[in-house]
Formats: sequence, structure tokens, C-alpha cells
Amino acid sequence: MEISAQPVPGAVPAWRKQVDAERWRTLAEQLLSAGSRLGALWASDERDRGGGYLLRALYVIFEGLLIAELRVDPALATYPDLSDLFACAGRMQRAAFDLCGMRAVSISGEIPDVRPWLRHGAWPADAHPLHREHALSQPHPQTEERYAFVPVEGEGVHEIAVGPVHAGIIEPGHFRFSVVGERVLRLEQRLGYKHKGIEKRFESLSLAEGIRLAGRVSGDSTVAYAWAYAMALEGMAGTTPPARALYLRALFLERERIANHLGDLGSLGNDGGLAFGLAQFSRLKEDMLRTNAALFGHRYLMDRVVPGGVAADIGDSESAAILAEGERLRTELRTLRAIYYNHAGLQDRCITCGRLTPRTAATLGVVGLVARASGHAIDLRVHPGHPPYGELQPEIASHRNGDVAARIVVRFEEAFESLKLQRRILHRLPTGPIAASVCTPDEAAFGIGWIEGWRGEVFVALEAGPNGAIRRCHPHDPSWQNWPALEHAIIGNIVPDFPLVNKSFSLSYAGQDL
Amino acid sequence: MYQLLKQIVKVGIKTEARPLADESMRVLAGRLNDEVLRLLGRALTIRHVDPGSCNGCELEIHALNNPYYNLEGLGIKFVASPRHADMLLVTGPVAKNMEQALRRTYAATPEPKLVVAIGDCGCSGGVFGENYACRGAVANVLPVDVTVPGCPPTPTAIMQGILTAISGKAGTKA
Ligand code: SF4
Repeated sequence: MEISAQPVPGAVPAWRKQVDAERWRTLAEQLLSAGSRLGALWASDERDRGGGYLLRALYVIFEGLLIAELRVDPALATYPDLSDLFACAGRMQRAAFDLCGMRAVSISGEIPDVRPWLRHGAWPADAHPLHREHALSQPHPQTEERYAFVPVEGEGVHEIAVGPVHAGIIEPGHFRFSVVGERVLRLEQRLGYKHKGIEKRFESLSLAEGIRLAGRVSGDSTVAYAWAYAMALEGMAGTTPPARALYLRALFLERERIANHLGDLGSLGNDGGLAFGLAQFSRLKEDMLRTNAALFGHRYLMDRVVPGGVAADIGDSESAAILAEGERLRTELRTLRAIYYNHAGLQDRCITCGRLTPRTAATLGVVGLVARASGHAIDLRVHPGHPPYGELQPEIASHRNGDVAARIVVRFEEAFESLKLQRRILHRLPTGPIAASVCTPDEAAFGIGWIEGWRGEVFVALEAGPNGAIRRCHPHDPSWQNWPALEHAIIGNIVPDFPLVNKSFSLSYAGQDL
Repeated sequence: MYQLLKQIVKVGIKTEARPLADESMRVLAGRLNDEVLRLLGRALTIRHVDPGSCNGCELEIHALNNPYYNLEGLGIKFVASPRHADMLLVTGPVAKNMEQALRRTYAATPEPKLVVAIGDCGCSGGVFGENYACRGAVANVLPVDVTVPGCPPTPTAIMQGILTAISGKAGTKA
């Protein structure tokens, strides 16, 4: 840890550090060689406070988080590119230009990729919605802009374009495959279709109201986002939630993980030719959702994490009901795991399919369960951890093969592990209140939240404005890192396997489009 | 194989009774004649379009096909192309980046083109509202027959919305 870094108060170890343009770059080089990852990158407009533009890069270092802060002169509006060091920076830098109007420039003086990412024509290239003078509802004429996909040439190469509206019940995005016969030479994604101004919308809300929106950045991860938001706000306000509240948050987060893994395991069976799996897993998932609704008042636990604690408590009989449900689920999961692992047809589809090697995963800075299935044992719950996970002692599930089969194994193992954590939580549930009051943080207070959701790590960076308003809120979804990895994993596979590989990644469009 | 069959037998049939239509969800007066309603009641095809949801509503639409709700058992099927669809099920507020794709999907859908807007977002824009990048309610972009509030609405409520759109109760003859 650098001496000049200033600690960010809160539940996870974090520091921030002001850097100049040269240090922005050398720090990145140094962190890369130390094995750190780029977690997120985002821009803010500080001109109203005389600070120009402000760019932040959040790194996951051994000790926790390090946030590098670079002031950017609005007259130049450029900063040193990081995408040659951290590949995942590319799309985040393009988004930072669309929203805040500053460009990454490479060492050789070029702009690495000038194409917009979140801006599809809903606002003109010279308007930047996160500028302070840009109103939330500022009207813009809709323009139609052509997007320059990277052409792939060669004998027998042709293109298949799908989306944004897909066949099936999934979110919108565009995929362009370059294929020879059925084999994929290249996949290029275009995302951003769901961009609905979430970051600007945050700035019209109070810190207390913001948690509802945070819980809807990616609905399938509502607990992870709400907890990350609450963690950021509590850090700023100097609040520590009561022990019981933290245990209940962990209970909600693990139930969210189990429910999503069940859903994905069912869909993966279905896409792999075993429709039986979908019927079985969707039934088990529905049972859990019904228990959630009966005990906590919401099937997906939306709005159950609140600033200072939680909004739902349980008694002994509810606790016993969850434990009994967990036992039944564990038995059924064992049966289904044996069926999946012994089903020759399914295994044949999944083994070696959509392989992401440990090396590629590392180069792309992949996170979450996809990283764990490609040999990277990273899980915030285990390291560096935050309350109450230190006491729960979770174990990391991981696999080295990086194929669809490995991502199935990791889901099974994590579901079993979460059931174990659920038992520990309920057996050790502390008594006491379920929420503490949260005082209004000072203007310009800064907080960070970091949660290992079912998909991977979710960050929320939060800054206070005057009188409890939100000045800036940046939510970061693990899909930012993992979408580009899907482009790699599909290379050399056949087009009909894409739905299976895509499902095995199970990424969020809403979470990255913002 | 034995284990697989054993599991199927052990679990048995889980499908529950279907809910009733709910006229309070209706926005446009019923506009289908009895003959069409009779046909749709037997085999309805739905195209789902997500022009900007948080993806929460999709979870509940997926749930419609689990063994408890078994929507397909009612003869209601999700199809891959708007050209084969009788109904569009639209989730979320309409992001401007998706407005054109939504309009095109609607244009490609043959009459009677029923539109059911799902969730608080589909009904009113919800927590996202209207802004520089978001048109808000589905009705700001397309004519909507039925809205299903909730965040997300339960599978039962979504089924009620679908059934309301094809129920003849308030049906005025077209
Ligand atoms: S209604 Fe709720 S669940 Fe549905 S898209 Fe809107 S925020 Fe998400």
C-alpha cells in the first residue's frame, strides 16, 4: 500500500489516491506486474467545484481496493489509455467518453477505439449526459448511426448478425459472428441497447432513495447491488449495521446465489439437450422463491436490504422452515448432480465446449464464477472478506478446465456451499436489532461497496451532495469484465453451441448498459 | 436413465389451476371478436420483447414455464419471431436505444397484435422514469391493451394479464 493513499472508511479495506497523468499510467503498470486486477473505471464532472473532470480507476489489490483518481483538464479532456495493460478498460473508457466526454489516448498518441459504446444515437456525440449542465430529461433528436463492426475477410468467411431482439426470453444485445461453415472465427458484441440513464437518474435521488434504484441495476442480483450500495452509504455515514442484520444480508445473498444457480443449471441442461433438467431445476427454484415470498415478503428479496440493516426478520419457526427446505434441496441437488454428470449426451455437449483458458481469463481480468471455472480462485467472501463472512468461513469452488462443463460444476459446488453457509447463518444468527439508523453523511463524503454476487463482484461507488443528496453514484457489474471473455470462449466452436456457451457465462445486459 | 425416470415419477405433476382474467388490468377496451377469442383461447403465441428492463421481469416470465404455472399446458407458447406472434409481452421501460427495435417488432407482428406491458416499468417507467435515454412507459411508444403492475409482477399476475387480453368479458365486437 502506498503511504500517500488515503483510507476509505467502510466494511471493506479500501484506499484512494490522487495521481497525475504520468502516475496514472505507471501505477497501472506497477499494479499489473503485482498481479492486481482492474475492477472498474468511471468518470465524473467536477467542473462546478473547480476540479475539471475526474477519472477513477478501481483496482483489486491484495490488501483490498485501491482507487486512483486523476484530474483531467476539460480543455484537453484526454488521459492515458489503460486498455493495453488491462483489456477490460477498453469498453469502460468508451463509456466514459459517451457519458462524460474525455478520451483515452495511447502512448503513441492515438485513440485506441473511437467508436461509441453506450451512445447509439439517442444523444449527439457532443452531448455528454453526466456533465453537470446536462439535465436529466434533456431532449435530443434521435439520430441513426452506423456502427463500424470489425470486418473479417478471407475465403469462405461470412457473417451472421443476431439481435438486438433475440429469439427467446432474453435481454437485447447484438452479436456478429464471422464464420467459416459452422465454425466461429470471430464474435463481436455490441451492447448498450438497454442504456436508460441510470447514473444520471441517481443524481436526482437522495442517498436514502438511491438503494431502490441500485437494487434494480440488474434485477437478478438485487441483493448484491442493494448490499453494495448500503455498504458504501454506511461507510460514508460511519454506521455499522447490527450483527443480526449482517447475518440476514448474508442469508439473502446466498439465497440469491442458489436461486440463480438453480435457474442456470436448468437452462444449461435444456440448451444441452436435457429438457428434464429445466423442469426439475425450475421447480426447485420456484420452491425457493415461494419461501422467500412467504418469509421475507418478496420472491427475489428486492428492497429487503436497507441502509443500516435489513427490512425483514425471521423467528425460530421460519428458521426451522428454511433449514428443512435446505435439507430437501440438498438431497434433490445430489440426485440431479448425479444425473447431469452421468448423462453422456449432456457431458458430450459440455466438455471442451466454450473453453476459456486460465491464461486468457487472467489477461481479460475475468471475475466471478467464470473466473473460478477457469482456474482463478478469487472470491471476495473468502479474501479479503467482510462481515459476516469471516465468521462463516466460506470455501472457494473452482475448476481448471474453463469449459461449459466446468462452469456447471462450479455452479453445483457453489449451490452446495451456499446451503452450508445458510445452515451456519441460521445456527449462529445473533440476537438483537435488524437495523441501525444512518445519519446524513457530510457533503463530498465518498463510500465504496463491494459484494461477491452470484455472477461475480459488484461495486458501488457513492458520493454525497448537500443535504443527503446523491452527487454521483457508479454501479459496476461483473459483466463488464466477462462479456469480452465470451468473445474469446466461442472462437473455434460451432454457431449452434453459442446459446449453451452464452448461458454458461450468464451475463447481465442491464448491468453493463446502465 | 433409471435415476432420471425415478426422479420424474417421484416429483409427479406440479401444475396448479390457472388464475382468472382480471379486468382491472385492461387499458384498451376489448377489441377482439368472439371468433378470434375462441381461436386464441386454444393456441396463443407470444413474442417477448425487452426494450430496457432490469431483467427482473424476465425472471418471472421464465417462471411461467416452470411446472407449477406450465403456461404451455394452456396452449400459450413463446415464439421466436414476431411474425408468428399474436401478442407482444413487453418488459421494462423503453430505452431510446431500443425504441426502433421495439417499433420494428410491432410492425412485423400480424394483427390483432395484442400488447401486454409487464411490470411497474412497463406501466409507468417505474423507478427509471423518463429521461434523456429512456421513454418510460411502453404506452409512450406502442398502443397497449393490458398493463400488469408489480416489481416484478408475480407469474400469476402475468398470466392474468395475458388471459385478460384474450378474454372476451369486456370484448366489444371488432
Ligand atoms: S418492474 Fe421492477 S422487476 Fe420489472 S423491469 Fe422494472 S424494476 Fe425490473
